[in-house]
Formats: sequence, C-alpha cells, structure tokens
Amino acid sequence: MNTAHSEKVQLIIIGNGMVGHHLVEQLVERGATERYAITVFGEERHLAYDRVHLSEYFSGRDAASLALSTADYYAEHGVTLRLAEEVTAIDRDAGEVVTPQGRYPYDRLVLATGSYPFVPPIPGNDRDGCLVYRTLDDLDAIRAAAESATTGVVVGGGLLGLEAANALRGLNLDTAVVEFAPRLMPMQVDHEGGELLREKIEALGVQVLTGRATQEIVDGQASRHRMVFQDDKVLETDLIVFSAGIRPRDELARDSGLEMGERGGVVIDDRCLTSDPAILAVGEVALWNNSIFGLVAPGYQMAKAAAATLLAAFGETEGEAFKGADMSTKLKLLGVDVGSIGDAHGDRTPGARMFRFLDPLKQQYRKLVVSSDGRRLVGAMLVGDNSYYDTLLQYYANRIELPEDPASLILPAGGEAAPALGPDALPETATICSCHNVTKGDVCAAIDAGATDLGAVKGETKASTGCGGCAALLKTLVDHELESRGVEVDKSICEHFAHTRQELYDIVRVEGIKTFSELIEKHGHGLGCDICKPAVASILASCFNEPITDAAHVPLQDTNDTFMANMQKNGTYSVVPRVPGGEITPDKLVVLGQVAQKYALYTKITGGQRIDLFGARLEDLPAIWGELIEAGFETGHAYGKSTRTVKSCVGSTWCRYGVQDSVGMAIQLEHRYKGLRAPHKLKFAVSGCTRECAEAQSKDVGVIATENGWNLYVCGNGGMRPRHAELFATDLSDEELFRYIDRFLMFYIRTADRLQRTSVWRESLEGGLDYLKQVILEDSLGIGEELERQMQAVVDTYECEWAGAISDPEKLKRFRSFVNDSRPDPDIITTSERGQLRPA
Amino acid sequence: MTTAAAKTMTRTWQLLCTRADLVPFSGVAAWVDTTDGPAQVALFYLPGHAQELYAIDHHDPFSGANVIARGIVGDIKGEPVVASPIYKQHFHLTDGQCLEDDSVTLRTWPVSFKGDEVWIEA
Ligand code: SRM
Ligand SMILES: Cc1cc2nc3c(=O)[nH]c(=O)nc-3n(C[C@H](O)[C@H](O)[C@H](O)COP(=O)(O)OP(=O)(O)OC[C@H]3O[C@@H](n4cnc5c(N)ncnc54)[C@H](O)[C@@H]3O)c2cc1C
Ligand code: SF4
Ligand code: FES
Repeated sequence: MNTAHSEKVQLIIIGNGMVGHHLVEQLVERGATERYAITVFGEERHLAYDRVHLSEYFSGRDAASLALSTADYYAEHGVTLRLAEEVTAIDRDAGEVVTPQGRYPYDRLVLATGSYPFVPPIPGNDRDGCLVYRTLDDLDAIRAAAESATTGVVVGGGLLGLEAANALRGLNLDTAVVEFAPRLMPMQVDHEGGELLREKIEALGVQVLTGRATQEIVDGQASRHRMVFQDDKVLETDLIVFSAGIRPRDELARDSGLEMGERGGVVIDDRCLTSDPAILAVGEVALWNNSIFGLVAPGYQMAKAAAATLLAAFGETEGEAFKGADMSTKLKLLGVDVGSIGDAHGDRTPGARMFRFLDPLKQQYRKLVVSSDGRRLVGAMLVGDNSYYDTLLQYYANRIELPEDPASLILPAGGEAAPALGPDALPETATICSCHNVTKGDVCAAIDAGATDLGAVKGETKASTGCGGCAALLKTLVDHELESRGVEVDKSICEHFAHTRQELYDIVRVEGIKTFSELIEKHGHGLGCDICKPAVASILASCFNEPITDAAHVPLQDTNDTFMANMQKNGTYSVVPRVPGGEITPDKLVVLGQVAQKYALYTKITGGQRIDLFGARLEDLPAIWGELIEAGFETGHAYGKSTRTVKSCVGSTWCRYGVQDSVGMAIQLEHRYKGLRAPHKLKFAVSGCTRECAEAQSKDVGVIATENGWNLYVCGNGGMRPRHAELFATDLSDEELFRYIDRFLMFYIRTADRLQRTSVWRESLEGGLDYLKQVILEDSLGIGEELERQMQAVVDTYECEWAGAISDPEKLKRFRSFVNDSRPDPDIITTSERGQLRPA
Repeated sequence: MTTAAAKTMTRTWQLLCTRADLVPFSGVAAWVDTTDGPAQVALFYLPGHAQELYAIDHHDPFSGANVIARGIVGDIKGEPVVASPIYKQHFHLTDGQCLEDDSVTLRTWPVSFKGDEVWIEA
C-alpha cells in the first residue's frame, strides 16, 4: 500500500466498543492519524463505554462516567465518529461499507463488532419482558421492566448470568437463576466449587436451579410469565434476562465471504489479518487459533497488534504479533469471590496433578493444578476467598518454580504461613496488569523515569486503569520499589505530625498525654489543622474519655461534636436522642413530639431505629436538650465518630421464631458502648434468630441469637461500599460476647487509620480474619486483658455530654449565634412541605 | 446590632465583646456595622501567637450558610487558616483568601484588644 503522504489512506473501523475504541487510542498514540483518515461506525448511540463495569450503571454510575472517551477526543485527532449508524454490508469488490445512510469507501477495514448475547431458541423467548444484558440500552430496558415486576429470572448461571442476577436483586426483585448445566459457572469451577457457590448464593436469597432446560415460556397465572422445564416443572416470574453465553457478531464477515470458524468468529492470524489482507478483526468477533476471547484484556492486546499491523504497512514499525492471551479471571459475584487461573479444570494438561482444599464451615474451596513433575502451576480455582489469587497468578504466569510443598499455597494461613510472593520475588518480566500488558519492568522503568507515587505510575504506564483487578498488586509493588529506592512513602497523618494515627495513639497511651497542646508541643509543630485535631480528639477520648466539651478539647472538634448535633446545609442542627435498641416508651414518644412542636422541628424516623429532629437553631439547642434530659433522654452521638446505634429485632419476647431476647441484648450493648469514640462511627445490631430482621450482618458488630447463645459477626458495612460481616465466633454466652466485643473494638481503635471503618480496616489487616481471631479469641499477642481493661475504663467514665454541658454556664456560652446579639440568624429561612418545615 | 448606626462612609472602631466571650483556638460570631451595612463576622482567638485576633466573614460562600466561626482553626504551611465546617474549604485568616479556589476571598477587618475588650475597625 503505497500512497502519497498528502492523500491519506481510508481506514474504517466497524464497532465502537471497548476494543474498537482501544484501537483508535493506539492509532492516535502511534501517530497513525498522519497516514490514515479514520472513520468509526458504532451502532449504539453511546460513545464507547466501559462494558466491564456495566453493572455499576445500576449502582449509581451514569453513562457519562462509564464513557471511555469523549467526542472531543475523536474530533481533536481528526477521527470521524458516526454513532447510531449500523454497517449493514461490506462490499469487498467495490471496497465499500454500506449503512442505511450511504456507502463509504475504505482501503483498510477493521471489524470490531464484538458479540451479542445468545438467546436460546425457546418458544416464547421474545415475549414482552424477556431481555438481555449487554448494553446500556439493555439495562435501561431492564430497569423499566423491573418497575412493574416483583420477581425476575436469569437464564444462565455463568459469569454474566450471576452478575445479571445481582443486578435484579439490586432492583428489589425476588431473583432466581436457572442453569442448564448441573452446576453454576461450569466454565470456571468444578463440582465442589459449584456446590459451594450455590450454597453461598442461596444464602443471599437468590434461588438457584441447575440442570434445568427451559422448554417454553407461556402466560403465567400469578406472574407475567411461566417457564416450563423439561420435567414439566414450572417457575413463574415477571421478568426474564437471558444470559446464556455470547456469540460473535460475525454476520458482516460471513455475508462478505471471509473465512469463518466452524462455530462462528472471523478467523485472524497473529497480525489480526482476516482471509482478506485489507481487512482486520479484533476483540470478541475474532477467532484466533480456534479460540474466541470473551475478556477485554486479550481484546486490548489484539488492538495493539492490529495497530502495529496497520503501521507496518508503511514500513514504520515492526508488526507486533498477538500471541494468545491468558483467560485467568478473578471476580466478586454477588459478593462471593471466584477466581480461575489457566487450566483450572486440569483437563488440558496431560499428567496434571491436583491439590484440593475445602472448608465447609468458612465456605471456601481452592484447587491447584500442578504439572506432572510438580514444579509448575498450570491452573487454579478459588471460591470464597480471592486473597490467594495474586500470588497464584504470578506462579502461573511467570512459570515460577513451586515451593516443595505446593499445597501450602492454598492451605489457610495460620500454623505455617502461606509463602506469599512478595514484589521482590517477581521477575522483571512478570505481568502486573494484563489489561494494559504492563510488566514489573515497565513499572520500575516508570519509577526510574521520575514517577514518585502510585498516581504517576498509573498515568505513565496505564496499569490498573482497565478492569482494576491488579490494583492491590500494583500498589504493593510501587510502595516496595519506592521504598527500596530510598523514597520514603509518607504515611504521616498531616503536615503537623510526622506520625501515623496508630503511632500517635501509642504515644498518647504510653506517655499519658492528655491534651492536644501537649502532644503537638512534644511531637509535632504548628497549630494543627482540621485533619490532625479531630483525629487526636478521638484518640484522647478513646483513651481517657474526658468530656469533649472541656476547654482543652473544644477547639479540636468538628462542628458536629462541638455543638453535639449535626450541622445541616443551612447552618441549623439536627438532634438525635439515644433510643437504646430502638425500644421507646409511649411517654417518651410523646415528649419527642412535644419538643418538636415547641421548637418547630422537622421530624423523621432514621435508618437507625430512632427519631431525628431537624432544623434546631444553635441557640435553641440547650433548651431543647434541657427538656429531653428532663424526660430521661441521653445524647445519641449521631454527630460523633463513635457508637451510633444498636439496631434490634423484637426477638423472643414477642416473635414466634425468636430464640433469645434480642432487644434486651441490644440495650445492654448500647449502654455498654455508648459514648465510645473510635476512628470512625460504629454500628451494631442484634437479631433474635437466623431470619436476621435486624440486618446484623451489615454492621461493624453483628450479633445473631442461636439456640445456645449468640453468634458474633464483625466488620460489616452498609454505606458506600457494602460489605457482609464475617462470622467470628459462635454460641457465645453473654459474658463471652462482651469480652470479645471489648477486645475487638479496642484493638480496632488502637490500630486503625483515621476515618477507617472496621470493614476497610479488616481488609487492610495483614493476615486477615484468621489473624484477627488469633488476637481476639486466642489472645495470641497477650493483650486481651489490657484491651478489656481499657474498654472498662471507657465504660466506667461515661457521662452524657449534653447533661454535662447544660449544667455548666461556661460551656453554654458556646451556644450563642452571636456574642453581641441574642436574635437568631435572619438568613435561616424555612418553608413548609407535607406539613413540616424545611430549609427554603 | 449593638449600635443602630446607619451606613457610614468611613470606617470606625467599634466595641464588639470581651475576652471572656472568645473561645481560645476557636471562633465565635458577632454582628458588626460595616461601611457596607451590617455584617456577621467570625472572630478567632489564638492566644500566645504573634497575631492573636482575627476577624473574617462569617458567611460561607460555598454553602450560603453563616457558619465560618464554627470551623476548625489551624495552619497550613505556617499560615493560620479556618476550615469551613460544611464543605471544608480553607481560608487564610489574615487576608480571607480561599486556598481551594483562587477566585474566592472573604472580607477581613482589623481587630484588636483594648485591655480585655475586643474592638474592630469596620
Ligand atoms: C439521619 C440518617 C438518615 C435517615 O434519615 O435515616 C443519616 C444521616 C446522615 N448520615 Fe448516614 N444516616 C443514617 C443512617 C445511616 C445508615 C443506616 C444504618 O445505620 O443502619 C447507613 C449505612 C450503614 C453503615 O453506616 O454502614 C449510613 C451511612 C452513612 C455514610 C457512609 C458510611 C460508609 O461507611 O460508607 C455516611 C458518610 C460518613 O460517615 O462518612 C453517612 C453520613 C451521614 C450524615 C452524618 C452526613 C452529614 O455529614 O451530614 C447525615 C447527617 C445526619 C443528621 O444530620 O442527623 N451515613 N447512614 C440516619 C441516622 C441513623 C441514626 O439514627 O443515627
Ligand atoms: C455485564 C458484562 C460484564 C463483563 N465483565 C467483564 C470482566 O469483568 N472482565 C472482562 O475482561 N470482560 C468482561 N466483559 C466482557 C467485555 O466487556 C468484552 O470482552 C469487551 O467489551 C469486548 O470488546 P469488543 O469491542 O470486542 O466488543 P463490544 O464492547 O461489544 O463492542 C462492539 C461494538 O460494536 C458495535 N457493532 C456491532 N456490529 C456493528 C455494526 N454492524 N455496525 C456498527 N457497530 C456495530 C456494537 O453495538 C458494540 O457497541 C463483560 C461484559 C459484560 C456484558
Ligand atoms: S430475626 Fe427472628 S426473632 Fe427477630 S423478628 Fe426476625 S424472625 Fe423474629
Ligand atoms: S489487570 Fe485489568 S486493569 Fe490491570
């Protein structure tokens, strides 16, 4: 292809999906726009977006934030983008592509058409409310259909099927998964793994039906549809999502006579060329060495190879070949870790030997597939705990020699610690990020070229900007490399202290320092700031529990703690009295109503089983609290990084299923830990039986009654990044329960970072849950009693902060809106809505 | 307002409050008559520092609420600042400059002790 420089070669790319877009980026980066006039056709109306994270569209991300690029980027680099225009034919004789809008000539053509969801040929599969899960528009359709539905079924229990099931659950549908194979995820896991996965997923309330072939879909009686299975069993549902595998969108290639695979896919060679050298194919539509790659990383590597091929046409670069790609994956499906590396079934490696580990209590399953000589890892499978994945992948991908006893790699850490592969042990060629094909060598080179933090390394190498699966490994590597180059990785809390929060905690404890001014004088400098002051205030309170309203502590507090109420957007405050365990007498309810009426407060039941009174003016707070305390209320610490609520279910006193008095226990716990200040807020719950109406498994500390006592769960979280709490100890007596919670909380307070919830702390804890159990349950550090003592000291010194404040005229001076005028702030303006006041 | 003075064109020294009304290392709010009319100011008191008293707008331009006096005081690179309690932007106490947004500056006023009395020029 020899064209004069002035006249550019016409390059057409069909498909603006993940891989098609990556190809454009590669071409732009390598200056191919000098040579080629590029036109991209995309059938979807959206610019290329991150399909891998498509499900996040249901959890708050919008189309714009999923987009991989902008129209400006295309325009800036002279790439013509024709969205919502489907190519309907390729005319190879004329060298043109055809769309409903016209014909466009090409010199070179790239197929990047991806794949489509396969819908099994079941009669009735095209009924209203039978949908698929591939594009943003598909998700809009599912969301719309879910509005009038109460139940949903996903046909297909593979990777994407489970992701779709999670989405349906998130749309509040009663969800079931129907799988044709005898187990879930037949491609990735074996029988044991599949069973474990089923148990875990059923425990989340998703019904799992395996070995079921749907024969037809007809009108339902109770729901919109009825699915009829091979054994005449039926299942009724309002909505059906098909996720029974993907098929390459190869019809254009087929119709124009390109060489195809037996079961579809456009055949390509190592340079991504199809049987017509003018035409290339990349991504999920391409068949290489008889394989289709249904993951984004191999697609990106094809895009790279294709870009090289297109440039090699000008003799400017050596073409880089596509050499196949690894299909290892690690995922969290419905909150369950699943990992699969290499030949996970061991059926592609002659003489392979397997090691298996199954823990039916913790519901974990791990399998190693080892070469016949026992020296190399050829595959692995993980269900329930992916923390093993990174190390195993490195053994596999870099052909690192296995330790003498390979089983140690999958046995639980504990006795003999598993030999984790530190960043040191990795060879320079080790792939860190497979999406962008970044090696350890590339990362080191970026650091040597001046990248001095994680962000800079990411920017330089693109590592960890694809699926994100390598984020943890990349961070460890970067920290390690920086440290080994003598770059201090600064963990100081802020510019006023060269210490971490944990170090400050230890200093305060060991030296018995009781005020911020003493601490900063001895161990810091300057005035402090809004980062170190509240952090130190929290440490001091956890250690000595002096009232936060004392003069020495007042200037350290966030405004919420200063005024012991939560600041609202118009400068007024909300008042949340404690309602231990959510139990409240009618008399107290009446008082809350009266106070709200008197001070014109907006009232709302909170998500924490108590009542919030909003819109209180600063100068009214003391009077409001005077009345509340008079009626027996205490402060609820809704403002503090401290114990919030202990949620309870009604339990055995009323409920026919309850096996223990959950309300009684919740009240005891709330009184024990009220006022406890911690690195972040603490939430508890107690359920009276396994039905778990108090949602204890989403709390920092969750307690669920058993026939024999209490099961303790720890480190759960709702909020921005929900995390299920983990079962920590079973069948505890009341005393054991308090003892372990005492130790657990004090250990958290002692070692966590500022503003780190227990869930995040737990995830960063080296040694994980097993280590935590050793420290708390087995007292492996010998600090059990000390932690209990420290907790008891906090319990013994509790006093209601508001009671302390309203009896002290000095402290009350703080609650004036103006020191020289008693009138309220005239800028606070309210309006009425649904019978209550709100900020105007 | 303490003085019912109407809009005046020249700045005058006014008595605001006494030392006992202030909170060490923190802020309180007060009304002042300025040449532009009545205003809410935030008074910060840093006992023992080269400059002990600061007066700066109480109005937070980012949230629209009158709350600056309720922010945490500290320093950034040695310069005294207050962090808005609502969205946490920082403002220099000396000249009101916002550190996160160049285009935003709070007004400041000269303020000092006369004995135990706090006087402001506005
Ligand atoms: C009032 C309430 C909403 C309601 O109307 O129901 C509420 C209101 C606020 N929540 Fe919440 N949360 C409330 C229950 C919850 C719950 C549900 C629960 O506790 O069961 C959650 C999820 C559970 C959890 O925390 O794990 C929740 C997760 C959050 C988060 C995210 C925390 C996280 O780890 O991701 C924040 C932000 C933060 O803390 O950094 C937050 C922060 C806030 C703040 C403090 C935001 C702020 O700074 O203004 C809100 C002010 C409260 C106020 O002015 O009184 N709120 N918040 C609930 C008070 C419960 C109570 O009685 O104390
Ligand atoms: C829910 C979900 C989760 C996933 N999770 C992961 C994951 O965790 N990890 C992973 O590696 N992969 C994951 N994948 C797979 C990954 O998204 C794909 O491998 C990747 O998108 C393939 O890129 P592609 O460009 O080949 O195809 P696509 O992204 O599908 O792009 C093809 C584009 O071409 C367009 N097109 C097709 N025909 C025409 C035509 N005739 N004219 C014009 N345009 C046309 C299509 O409309 C589409 O926009 C997931 C996929 C889904 C749906
Ligand atoms: S968790 Fe059990 S005891 Fe509590 S209300 Fe629900 S069913 Fe009843
Ligand atoms: S492996 Fe996907 S971003 Fe690195």
